[in-house]
Amino acid sequence: MLQGKWFSALFGIVLGIAGGHALAQGTIKVAYTDPLSGPFAQVGDANLKQMQYIIDYINAKGGALGKKFELVPFDNKSQPSDALIALKSATDQNMPFIMQCSGSNIAAALIDGVNKHNDRNPDNRIIYLNCGAVATELTNEQCSFWHFRFDLHVGMKAEVMVRALPKDVTKVYLINQDYLFGQSVQREVKTYLTKLRPDVQVVGDELIPLGKVKDFSPYLTKIKASGAQALLTGNWGPDMNLLIKAGVDAGADLRYYTFYAHLAGGPTAIGVGGENRVLAVMSFGENVAPEIGNKEAEEFTKGFREKHKFDFSAAGFRTIFEYLQAAVNKAGSVDPTKIATAMEDLQVKDFLGYDTKMRKEDHQIITEYFVGIFKKGVKYEAEGTGLGWATSATVLAKDVDQPNTCKMKRPTAS
Amino acid sequence: MIMLRRHWPWLLAVVILLAFPFLFYDWSKGRHSGFVLTLMSEIGVMAIFALSYNMLMGQAGLLSFGHAVLLGMGAYCAAHVVLLVKAGSFWLPTELVPLAGGLGGLFFGYVFGWLVTKQRATAFAMITMGLGELVSAAALMFMGFFGGEGGIPIDRVMDTSLVGVRYTSPWQVYCLVLVWAFIAAALMRLQMQTPLGSMANATRDNFERAQFVGYDPRMVRLYQFALAGFFAGIAGGLYALIYEIVTFDTVSAGKSANALLAVYIGGAGGFFGPILGTIVVVLLQSGVSLLSNAWLLYVGVLFIVMVMYAPGGLIGLVFMHMPIWRAGRMRELLVPYVKAFPPALLVMLGFVLLVELASFTTIGAAQGKKFSIAGNTIDTLAPMPWVVAFAALVLGGLWLRREARGFRERWDALMEGAKGVKPASDPKIQIAKTQEAMS
Amino acid sequence: MEVFIVSLLNGLVYGMLLFMLASGLTLILSMMGVLNFAHASAYMLGAYFAYTISQYIGFWPALVIAPLLCGLVGAAIEMWGLRRVHRNGHIAELLFTFGLALIIEKVVQMSWGLLPVPYRVPELLDFPLFKIYGTQFPAYRAFMLAISALMFGAIWLGLTRTRVGLVIQAALTHPDMASALGHNVPRIFTLVFAAGTALAGLAGVIGGNYQVTEPAMAFTMGPIVFVVVVFGGLGSLSGCFIASILMGLIQTFAVVFDVSLADLLAKFGFVVTSTTPFAEVLNVTLPRVGALLPFLMLVLILVFRPRGLMGTRDT
Repeated sequence: MLQGKWFSALFGIVLGIAGGHALAQGTIKVAYTDPLSGPFAQVGDANLKQMQYIIDYINAKGGALGKKFELVPFDNKSQPSDALIALKSATDQNMPFIMQCSGSNIAAALIDGVNKHNDRNPDNRIIYLNCGAVATELTNEQCSFWHFRFDLHVGMKAEVMVRALPKDVTKVYLINQDYLFGQSVQREVKTYLTKLRPDVQVVGDELIPLGKVKDFSPYLTKIKASGAQALLTGNWGPDMNLLIKAGVDAGADLRYYTFYAHLAGGPTAIGVGGENRVLAVMSFGENVAPEIGNKEAEEFTKGFREKHKFDFSAAGFRTIFEYLQAAVNKAGSVDPTKIATAMEDLQVKDFLGYDTKMRKEDHQIITEYFVGIFKKGVKYEAEGTGLGWATSATVLAKDVDQPNTCKMKRPTAS
Repeated sequence: MIMLRRHWPWLLAVVILLAFPFLFYDWSKGRHSGFVLTLMSEIGVMAIFALSYNMLMGQAGLLSFGHAVLLGMGAYCAAHVVLLVKAGSFWLPTELVPLAGGLGGLFFGYVFGWLVTKQRATAFAMITMGLGELVSAAALMFMGFFGGEGGIPIDRVMDTSLVGVRYTSPWQVYCLVLVWAFIAAALMRLQMQTPLGSMANATRDNFERAQFVGYDPRMVRLYQFALAGFFAGIAGGLYALIYEIVTFDTVSAGKSANALLAVYIGGAGGFFGPILGTIVVVLLQSGVSLLSNAWLLYVGVLFIVMVMYAPGGLIGLVFMHMPIWRAGRMRELLVPYVKAFPPALLVMLGFVLLVELASFTTIGAAQGKKFSIAGNTIDTLAPMPWVVAFAALVLGGLWLRREARGFRERWDALMEGAKGVKPASDPKIQIAKTQEAMS
Repeated sequence: MEVFIVSLLNGLVYGMLLFMLASGLTLILSMMGVLNFAHASAYMLGAYFAYTISQYIGFWPALVIAPLLCGLVGAAIEMWGLRRVHRNGHIAELLFTFGLALIIEKVVQMSWGLLPVPYRVPELLDFPLFKIYGTQFPAYRAFMLAISALMFGAIWLGLTRTRVGLVIQAALTHPDMASALGHNVPRIFTLVFAAGTALAGLAGVIGGNYQVTEPAMAFTMGPIVFVVVVFGGLGSLSGCFIASILMGLIQTFAVVFDVSLADLLAKFGFVVTSTTPFAEVLNVTLPRVGALLPFLMLVLILVFRPRGLMGTRDT
């Protein structure tokens, strides 16, 4: 029975500390769940750094309703079940927000979980802030009143990518990961290619098993044989790094259009070989601010760089907290239902000075987007590689305002 | 009365498990802690899963790296059944959804088992690993049955309950999990005493002789595998009800590894070992991971210490005391234990402090987090905390060694007195104990 | 034809990399029976060591020092860890290495950070060796091929021509007999484990800059190495070699052939439409499952031939 005592004592300690957060009153807590350990830890780690920096800034500007925001991280190990446990933990402590960035599978589970929780516990609701799960479905078929997405979805990103395709490119090759996200990239890119660039021919269209391919040179052989001028891919992580590396090694005369090359780890892995070849569809790049001459924004990103010796890529997170600030102030209380209502159709000028809007019909943010090209001679280089992301195209919010199929169910007045 | 006398541990367990969540009841709001209930439900599910895994590993000596395939298949089946019931295709009480999962697990256990049980030992382990990889890759690729990355979301509120419960609150689900956990555990306990259970033991210990007795070891393995699939499927069905979504990671290698770890840490020898192990593993994963960035390192250290010093698992440690307990001389161990406790605690604290310091100077600092104990922020770059941590670790280690020697003498003497049999024990089990407390 | 030759070369390079990783594990697994989950961690350590060393004294010294360091780590693990655990059975050893893999991953994360490190191909080798039908073949790949071929030769000579090698071979097939003949089997175990780890380290040194050096690299490389070893068969280095090359080629060529089961059925006049049962499965093309073929082959070969391709005894 000695064991039993150990466990209950242990259990008590664990929960005591976990529950201990709840006692600190007077802050607006935002639960944040992403992988913070294990093989995908870098994702959550990079996000956490940038969010902390932004929260400090927002709090220095007064927070909302005189309260400060506080980030409470939960490690979900890329597992939906752990994200749902984090959700339970957050609602136990009456946190009004839960935020999650990486993985549409986890996002789908969270949307579902939040919907059910809010239905069953009208006195203890929570808002789900989606900072990077981009499957189109999440604001269409699965859209929810409690879910707000602060990143463009795959369809919009695909449109941005297709719009950025130069006129001389007529043959493209598609490689994507074989799962929900990759498949939707594949679908959306093709849709917008036929719509916007009927002259472009898709000469190859490939799905690869997620994270299983260790050597991409056979794909490169195929791509070369097809005569493609550009490779369009939604791959992330090793699947993208190895793909581009293999391409550079094979000396392929290709341009790589990616969604994620600019994120932490990408530039290091790609290296000098990617110069003038790799493009990224991105929400922000550090060189945007100096390029448009926005001193204040430049200072802000530089501050992060100096503090963490790390690139700042997540301007979108700042937009999130500016929305939260505005919505909480507008709602006049920290009641999730009121905040969610206040957030609808809210318009905020983001820190670069562009107009953004939280669309009421599907809770999808409409914001400007950039396409960056990886090249030498930029003001802020990426990860000490000597190269950085220069903006090659800017797509304004009004141009990505795609229609949606959401049939939003709003809570009845309560 | 006899029932009561023989089965009092079960009853006690029920009472404790029902009472425990109330320790965390939020009286001001009048609601249970959803986190605690979900965690305990998770423990319940994983305990069934670990027990079913032990049907393979403990009973039949089959090391599987792909047991989660059966859990996941059960969960997917249960999810589809729930969807069908919701759509009105047929009627099934919510309480029996785990049974649907179990039947799914049984089916796939038989189908996959037919393939994998052709071999035993390492070949069996490797086939299950390959199968696990294939199924988890397939789960991402095929949208129809697995729902792809998004998984299959369900709504457990079906209003088809036999006892008129809607299962809107985690508490109701927790009770359902408890009931099923006890049913499954009891069934698995009984299964050990059936001829099949005994033959599984026989094929584990000597499969050639088992053949001579006239049983086909392949069939024994197959039936055992399929039955293990049934119970894993029940766990899967419960999983579907708790989280209301089934995703591809229910079939992933990580879940399989969890079962193996739970069984080994708890001890494959005794029936209750896997349950103990499950508690440790789930608390580590869902509890400690909230507290420390370095939880995986603690997990690693725990395993290493366990395999080095307590190969019988936690239950093995308990059983080791049995002869002394029977001899009624447990009291004499109390003093050595108490004396060994402070150095063990010191070692543990020193180690944890060291790891946390290292973790905070490297990763934590980058995340802009500060290391604080009881509200005092600690400067991880100052030499002082490091010196303290090292000192605690080294001094504690030396002290522990000294105490361990005394402990060992005491222990050997007691063992001698108790039975005259000297079991393979090691004083450093203390370390294992403290490690597990640390985690 | 051009696709064929390029694919052949690529498959060979990848297969040889696999072999370098797997050969060490074959030795360890066949001789000691240890399912070493930390083997891929040694691969990762090799890459990280090489990265750090090459920052100070260059790539070439790193090529020698990093594997030696890994070998030392391996020897230490065997002497102070595995040997103790050995008497607790194979599952205990397996869990021991599993715990070790977790610790190594975390230690790597703490020492080198969570992000990939810029471990690059040395400039001396950073040029296209030759062009074949318009595709460059980087010199570094040729170098990898050369190193792994050298290593294969060295191991083979070492095992067949030296005394230690003969003892190892004996211990490989008849461990009990070898120890009965008075050989110091524990010391051989240490030696083999250290050598196996060093080999994995070497694979890391030359594979780390060919792929990406990051904390997840052990996690992604782990399973495939087991597949190669078991597929090749225990106790057989040549089996391991053939299996590695085979896996490399299969994965490479699977990408090239764009066919599915549905296409195959269509040849027999059976047209798959979206209403056909299992249409989703039938329509999967070969490139989509290319990376999974090794696992499928593993399952199949073990079901029908438990000793693997060229194994000397049942696994």
